[in-house]
Amino acid sequence: MIRSAFPFGRLLAVLAAFALVAAGCGGADDTVGTQADSETPRLASATLNASGATFPMAFYEEVIASFKEAQPSVTVNYAGGGSGKGRQELQDGLVDFAGSDGLVKAEDVPKYKNGEFLYVPTVTAPITVSYNLPDVKDMKLDADTVAKIFQRQITTWDDAAIKALNPDARLPSTPITVARRSDGSGTTENFTKYLVSAAPSTWTLKSGSTVEWPADTQAGNGNNGVAGIVKGTVGAVGYVDLSDAKASSLQFATLKNAAGKFVAPTLDGTSAALEGATVNADLSYDPLNAKGEKAYPIAAPTWILVYKNQTDKAKAEALKGFLTYLLNDGQDLAEDADYAPLPKSLKDKALAQLNSIVIP
Amino acid sequence: MTTTTPPPTGLQPARSARGDTAFRAASFLCGFTVLAILGLIAVSMTQKALPALQAEGLGFLTSARWAPNEGRFGALAFIYGTMVISAIALVFAVPVSIGIALFLTEVAPRRLRKVVSYVIDLLAAVPSVVYGLWGVLVLSAVIVDAYDAVGRVLAPVPLVGRLFEGPANGRSLFTAGLILALMITPIITAITREIFDTVPQGQKEAAVALGATRWEMIRGAVFPHSRSGMVGAVMLGLGRAMGETIAAALVIGSSPRISAQLFGPGDALPSVIAFQFGEASGTYRSALIALGVILFAMTIIVNMAARVIVNRGQEARAA
Repeated sequence: MIRSAFPFGRLLAVLAAFALVAAGCGGADDTVGTQADSETPRLASATLNASGATFPMAFYEEVIASFKEAQPSVTVNYAGGGSGKGRQELQDGLVDFAGSDGLVKAEDVPKYKNGEFLYVPTVTAPITVSYNLPDVKDMKLDADTVAKIFQRQITTWDDAAIKALNPDARLPSTPITVARRSDGSGTTENFTKYLVSAAPSTWTLKSGSTVEWPADTQAGNGNNGVAGIVKGTVGAVGYVDLSDAKASSLQFATLKNAAGKFVAPTLDGTSAALEGATVNADLSYDPLNAKGEKAYPIAAPTWILVYKNQTDKAKAEALKGFLTYLLNDGQDLAEDADYAPLPKSLKDKALAQLNSIVIP
Repeated sequence: MTTTTPPPTGLQPARSARGDTAFRAASFLCGFTVLAILGLIAVSMTQKALPALQAEGLGFLTSARWAPNEGRFGALAFIYGTMVISAIALVFAVPVSIGIALFLTEVAPRRLRKVVSYVIDLLAAVPSVVYGLWGVLVLSAVIVDAYDAVGRVLAPVPLVGRLFEGPANGRSLFTAGLILALMITPIITAITREIFDTVPQGQKEAAVALGATRWEMIRGAVFPHSRSGMVGAVMLGLGRAMGETIAAALVIGSSPRISAQLFGPGDALPSVIAFQFGEASGTYRSALIALGVILFAMTIIVNMAARVIVNRGQEARAA
C-alpha cells in the first residue's frame, strides 16, 4: 500500500511541474516585443525547440541567451540529451532543429519525416588527452602510443614507447589508469574516430559512441566524470574536452599531428585543423587528424541539422534568423566558452547553405 | 489488489444504491486502467524492440558481447550484472533490515523506537542520485583499500577466492551492490517491522511463559508467524534493487562482462539504458529498448513470485 501511494504523488508533482512549464512558455509566446526596431528586422513571435549534442551545449546556451536580447519575441529551447536523441527527434519531427556531433547514417536518411535536411557546421573544440603526473610537464604522445595506452597494451608511464617520445622527461614507473566515458558520447565517437584514422594498425576497438573498452579501465559519467577520475588519480589519463579539462585544471599532452609536428590542444590548433580539412558539398567535414603543420589532430566537429522544407512561416523565419545569428554574431562568443569559431571560408559556405531553406 | 470481488450478499442496503453502482464502476475503471497501462507498455516496448530482437535472434539473450559500434547486441552480461548486484544487495540488506525491525519491535524502548523508525523512513526518501553521488565521490575512492585487503586474505582460498581476486576497482559490482543494499534497507525494514507488529501478543507471551528466552521467543513465535510477510518484503526490496538506475550506474564501472570477480567492473540493465540511450539510434536504440523489455519481464517475475509466496504462506496458515 505504501508503495502504490508514492508513484501517484510523484505523478501529480510531475504533472504540476509540466503545467507550470507550459504556462511559462505560453506567457513567453504571447509577449509582444516592446523594443524599438533596430537595424535587423524583428522576427514574429515563435518558439524553437531543439535537442541533441551536449558537447556544444555551453556555446549554444550563450548564443541563445544573447539572441534572446536581440530578438525578444523568439524563444529557443535547446534540451541537450545527446546527438542520437537529437537526430531521432528531428527524424520524428518532434524538434525544429537538432544538434549532432556525428553525421546521419545513409540508411537512416530516408526515415526523416520532412524529407531533405541540411548540415549547418557551428563550432569545433579540441578533445584533450589529459593526464595526472605532477612531475611531468608537456608530455608528448603520438597516435600509436595513445592507442596502446587506451587499449592497455602500455601500462606504465616509463614504457619504452613513451620514453622514446619524451627523451628529456623523468618518467615515473607509476602504473597508468585509463579513464573513459561510462555513457554513450560524441566525444568518445570523435576520439575513437581519430585513433582509427591516425593509428589504423594499432587501434582495434573501432569507433563509436560506445566501444568495448578493456575491463581494467575506469568509467566516468560525462566529460567532468572523466576529468574527475584523472584529477583524483595520480597516473591517470583520459580524453576530455578542452573546457572541462581547463575547468578541472588538468594538464594535457601535446599530440603528434599528421605533419609530424607536436601540437597542444588550443583553439588556434583547432581552427588550423578546420582549415586543413576537406569540406564536402553538404558541408559535412572531418577535421580529425587533419593536414597542416599547426593542426591539432583531435578536433571535434559538430553540426545543427535542420529540415530544408519548412512548414510554418514564423518558425522558419525564426530558425533562419537564429542560425544566421549563430554564424555571425554568435561566433564571437565561441572562444570565451572554449570553442573554436569556424574559419571564414566555412562560415560563408554555411551562411549560403541557410539560404536554401525553403520558407512557406 | 486488482481483483474486484462482488459485495457479499445479504448485506445489500435497503435504499437505492445508485451511489454504490457509480462507485463500483469508477473503481473498476481505475483498476482496469492499471492493467491497460501495463499491457500497453509491454506491447509498445516489445514493438520498438523488435528490430533488434529480429537482428540478433536468441543471441540477444545468450550472447555477452555488447558492441554497438559493430552492430553486436548481447544482453547476457547485463542480465548477469543485474542479478549479481541485486544478490549482493540482498545479502547485506536482509539480515540488517530484519535485525533493525526486531530491535524496533522487540528490544527498543518506546521512545527510541519512534526516533529510529523516523530516521529509517527518512532514508527511504533520499533520492537515488544522492546515494549514487555519495557512492562515486566518497565510497568508491575509500573502499578500494578495503577491497585490496579482503582480496589479499581471501584470494588464495579455493573456490571462494575467485570472487575476490583480480585488480580491485572502486567502481565495481560490489560497490554497486553495497549502494543498493543501503537503498533497499529502509523498505525491507519498514515492511518487516509492520509484520512483526502483527504477531499476536498472546503467542509471544505464551512462548515466554514456557520459559523461552527472548531469542527463542523470536524464533518460535515471531518468525513462523511472519515468514511469508518477510519473504514479500525481501522480494519488494529485490524488485527495487533490480530496477534501480542512476545510483548503480554511477558506481558499477560500465563494463559489460561476465566475471566472477566481484571487485571488478560490470554493468546492469538499467544503467546501460540510462547511459547509452542519448547517443543511440536505429537498431542500437531498439536494442536498448529490448533491454528494457527484459528488465520489465524480470521485475514482473520477481513481483509475481513474491505474491505467490505470500499467498501460499497465508493459505498454509489459514488451513
